[in-house]
Amino acid sequence: MVPFAGWEMPVQYEGVIPEHRAVREDAGVFDVSHMGEIEVEGPRAFDLLQSVLSNDLAKVEVGGAQYTLLTNERGGIVDDLIVYRVEGGRYLLIVNASNRESDFEWIREREIRGSDVRDVSDQYVLLAVQGPRSLERLGLDDAQAFTWAMGELDGIEVMVNRTGYTGERGVELMTMEDDAVALWDAVLARGIKPAGLGARDTLRLEVCYPLHGNDIGPDTDAISAGLGWTCALDKDFTGAEELRRIKRAGPERRLVAFVMTEAGIPRQGMPIAEGGEVTSGSHSPMLDKGIGMGYVDAAHGEPGKTITIDVRGRPRTAEVVKKPIYEKES
Amino acid sequence: VAAAESYPDDLKYHSEHDWARVEGDEAVLGITWFAQDALGELVHYEPPEDGADVSQGSSYGEVESVKAVSDLISPLSGAVVAVNQKVVDAPETVNEDPYGDGWLVRIRLGESSEVDGLMDAQAYQAFVADQ
Repeated sequence: MVPFAGWEMPVQYEGVIPEHRAVREDAGVFDVSHMGEIEVEGPRAFDLLQSVLSNDLAKVEVGGAQYTLLTNERGGIVDDLIVYRVEGGRYLLIVNASNRESDFEWIREREIRGSDVRDVSDQYVLLAVQGPRSLERLGLDDAQAFTWAMGELDGIEVMVNRTGYTGERGVELMTMEDDAVALWDAVLARGIKPAGLGARDTLRLEVCYPLHGNDIGPDTDAISAGLGWTCALDKDFTGAEELRRIKRAGPERRLVAFVMTEAGIPRQGMPIAEGGEVTSGSHSPMLDKGIGMGYVDAAHGEPGKTITIDVRGRPRTAEVVKKPIYEKES
Repeated sequence: VAAAESYPDDLKYHSEHDWARVEGDEAVLGITWFAQDALGELVHYEPPEDGADVSQGSSYGEVESVKAVSDLISPLSGAVVAVNQKVVDAPETVNEDPYGDGWLVRIRLGESSEVDGLMDAQAYQAFVADQ
């Protein structure tokens, strides 16, 4: 167990590698109840969120969800999150645990008449069930990614969200805090393996999902981070003007994905000769090689370029690759 | 498949969880079952160069699991005469067989009297029980 954002979290149960493989090949469950939940409700909830979130909220219907960013005036990323449209005028934001309070304050400070912002994190538990066989094992019908519906598992009412952080088919199940243990047991009873923070990190890194605090943050803008696709630059939102400028001029550096071509495992904070530093690095259980992400000068940002990582004083080469690093053969 | 816990009697042990098998004026070095269990499945071995000098209590290389890097602390001083290429190619060999196929380096001893300062299996086991 390790402390994480005020929670005691398991790094691993059986081991990072078997847990990682279980999610890639079958199904695994992560307790992600540490994540924050913020509700925004009211006749002007849409207006408020449309002005603080980067993606176009008008595209999200009731039953839908969207990956989006909370941005600052510099185009930096206050947080990345998923917004769910619960009812016409009611939205649920699932945010990173470490940013829960700052996100809440950020949105509340910008609150407008006709919108109500509430931190409801303590009321809910969230279990991410991920892997190619996750839906089958849970007895759930497949649904489109980024949708949600109410469902039921062994008599427990759950919000079933077709979202996740692993690159696999899967769901995130949200229920009331009182049903936490019952839901966990119901999931395990279906032969789904428990998985910890360690596997969660290697899984998301293989598919290049950024981790806030490592790869993205208030001082890294969405365009340089490769998240331009989450920014509706034709609408007005916090930092939109700066992001339009960066896009026009072209970013000076870019968040790239890379695979080691020499021995060694890149780790967060290791310098990259061609610009910045490694923001996330680990061993890829699927590729059996060191992989990572980091910022480099834009000139070195194209797939196929060679970069050099300083692995505790030893220069080791890596190749910039197209994201995601790992993709299932279809 | 991970090995079962054991601490062979013919080895000498260092408090940093490294073992030495002394053979004449040479010694084979590795990490103990306790060390590999604490690290988890190894995914990288950064060996010393052939001929490199190693000194007792100092790092001669690194092993890494998915989550952590660990220095290899030499239980004895000497010069590297062989590196186990099998572990370079398949680091999980250490988890499977920490005292056999999972050896890390062979050294020519520099200071053979250092051997007397190491723990025997019984003392090391008592030491591990306190960790």
